[in-house]
Parts: sequence; structure tokens; C-alpha cells
Amino acid sequence: MITVIDYGRGNIFSIGQALKHLGAEYEICSDAARIADAECLILPGVGAFGDTMSELHQRKLVEPIRSRAQGGVPLLGICVGMQLLASEGEEFGKHQGLGLVPGQVNRLPAGDSLAKPVRVPNVGWRRVTFHPRGGDQTIISKGDAMVYFVHSFALDPDDPDDVLASIEINGQKVTAAVQRDNVVGYQFHPENSGEVGLDLIWQFLKTFRQIQ
Amino acid sequence: MGSPGELTRQYYQQGIDEIIFMDVVASLYGRNNILSVVEDAARDVFVPMTVGGGIRSIDDIVAVLRSGADKVAINTEAIKRPQFLRVASETFGGQCIVLSIEAKRRDGEGWEAFTDNGRERTGVDVLDWVREAEDLGVGEIQVTSVDQEGTRKGFDLELVKQVRDRVTVPVVACGGAGKPDHLSELFTATDVDAVGCASLFHYDICPIPELKKVLANGGQAVRL
Repeated sequence: MITVIDYGRGNIFSIGQALKHLGAEYEICSDAARIADAECLILPGVGAFGDTMSELHQRKLVEPIRSRAQGGVPLLGICVGMQLLASEGEEFGKHQGLGLVPGQVNRLPAGDSLAKPVRVPNVGWRRVTFHPRGGDQTIISKGDAMVYFVHSFALDPDDPDDVLASIEINGQKVTAAVQRDNVVGYQFHPENSGEVGLDLIWQFLKTFRQIQ
Repeated sequence: MGSPGELTRQYYQQGIDEIIFMDVVASLYGRNNILSVVEDAARDVFVPMTVGGGIRSIDDIVAVLRSGADKVAINTEAIKRPQFLRVASETFGGQCIVLSIEAKRRDGEGWEAFTDNGRERTGVDVLDWVREAEDLGVGEIQVTSVDQEGTRKGFDLELVKQVRDRVTVPVVACGGAGKPDHLSELFTATDVDAVGCASLFHYDICPIPELKKVLANGGQAVRL
């Protein structure tokens, strides 16, 4: 059973549709006690770092999510849900994150001096490059993929080995996906990225044996 | 033509990048009947969906998002109550709130914003309005030329260019596409971020894969 965390800031409907389409069993849940018992967690997110983090605090979900993930339960953070995995974010002031992937959440590099800069927020379909890694609990990648982004910030992990995929924005490498053991983050919206996106959700579930 | 749900699924299969649902007469008749249409389409369509028409309150936005939309497009209510854009952007994040504009050329210079599918004048200047809306927090601007809409004679390039110059958020151009060349022209002449087409697909003038091929051959970055 996959538990999609509902804290009032996610497009949980679209994520639910994607899971249903893949034939996965899921529940949408905002109950701290149930999250503390979850077998697999998806943390969606739409909005700003500080605001979403305080929503999690208000609902007393920070500790259950953190302890579940530290206990080895697979966790997938999507968009701001991925950024919340970091230690700290700087959107509208400095805020503490979940601290599951050591690193900072920083504003995307501006490209003012470039002839055709990528505008921030970065909205639209972009090509990401997956970096192949070893280990049997690594999300398998297909190399490059076109996926849909909507963001102004991105997670910059302290450990470069945590970077699963990246995109190039205004001449700089920006993290598009992270994995640190059982904790995975997609900066893009897999639920809005067509068949490629569905496949990336499926690969997360498959890697951690949450789907047949 | 087929039901909106069937069409959406068909376009998704053909590789559409995004879907825009507009209930263009919703404000006129004060109805919100688009929810069931969105819900039906959202089941098997995994690209972003924007829904507009008759959005008047935060509750309306919640309902549309719960039906499977990822963004909402707002026109009439934003003109009536610009602060609605601020409240909506702060509640759902700017990325969720799209300002929809129906722009009609003035006799002299510039464009005036219209509502109700180009029927009602507002007296609002389009180029001032896009600036204000960006300050209010909208994450995207969708501009439709009332003059070109339905003509299949090409876009109002000057309008798109001027709007693009005034704001930094993504701009989507709508109204006037009648053949693939019109899109090539649009992307060459302007720095617009995306384009919305209806007739081109609804009347099967140019299937999506073919259109993308034309654009890719012309050097545009498209998802194939």
C-alpha cells in the first residue's frame, strides 16, 4: 500500500490517477499515526518551501515522515516534495527541511547575460540526463528523458553521489532527481510527463518492490 | 468532433504537451459544468491540464483542481477583482494560476481586454494588465487575439511580442492558427514560450505529430 501524503499543498488527484493507472494500491492520507505506519510514502508538493514545510509541521507530519524514511521505508518526494527532503531551503527566508538528503535548496541560476536564457520559474518540458549508478536499489534509468518542470528552486545535495539526474539551466547543472538509499526525489512532475513520467513512477515502485 | 474526454485522450496519445479546457460561455451563463468533463479526461491523460471558464472563487479553484486540473485560467473575475489573482496565487502558488486574456486591437494603438468570449469590453489596456497581473503573482499568461481567433489567418504577432516584452512569466499565444506555417512564423517572430491551437486539431487540419515535425525541422525545440 502506497501512502500519498495529503497536507493541502499537492496535486494529489493527478498523482492518484497515475498510481491507479499503474495498477498500484494507494491511499491519500493526512493522518500522522497512519503515516508513521506506512509501507511506502509519496510526498507531493506544489508551492513554496517555507509554506509547505509549515503545513507539514502544523499537521505534525514532519517526525512521522522523517522517522519512517530513516527506518528504511521508500519515500518519493515530487517537486517541492523533493526540495523538502533537503536540510535547508532559502525560498522566502531560510527554513529547515526534512534533512533526509543533506543539501541546500537554492534559486535557479539566472541567465540575464545569455542571448536566450531559460526564464525562472522554469516551466515546461525539458530534457533530463540520468546518471547511471550501481546497486540493486537504484532507480534504473533510460539515459535521457523529456519531462515536465515547474519550479524556481532546486536541491543541491552535499554529496554529488546523491544526484540521480540533472538538467542544464542557463549554463549550469541543476539537480532534476536525487536518490539517497530509500529516499528518492523528482524535481519534475512525473504525473504530468506522459508515458515517460509514468514509467519513472513505476521504476520507483518496482525498485522498492511496491508493485508487481 | 467527439466528446472533450475522447478528444483529450486522442491528443494525449498523439503526443500533445498540454491541454487547455475553456468553457468559454461559463461566465455568460454563470455555470460550472466543466468539472465532469475534466474528471473524465484526467483519468487517462498525464500531461498538464489547464481549466478555465467561470472561475470566481477559491472554492471554484479547489473544485477544479480536485477534478484533475493542474492549473486554472482566470479572465472575467480577475478583471472584476484583480486582488483575486493575489489571493489565488498565494493560496495555490503562482504556478497554478494562469491569467487568460482576450485581447482586441484598438482603433488607435494597443489592445483592450475583453471578457465573455470577446463580447464584453472592459476598458482595460492589455499591456498594463499583464504587468499588473504578474505583480499580483500569476505564473503564466495566456493571450488570445479576439481579432484572429477562428479566422485561421495566423497570430497577432505584434500582440504576442508586446505581451512577451512586458512580463517574465511564460506566455502562451492563442488565436489564429490555420496551418503549421503560422506556428513557425510565431516562434520565429516572437520569443513566446508556447502556443495553443484548437481548430488545427479539432478539424484535423494538421495532426499533432506532423505539426511537431514541421516545427522541429524548422529548428524549434519540441518534444517528439
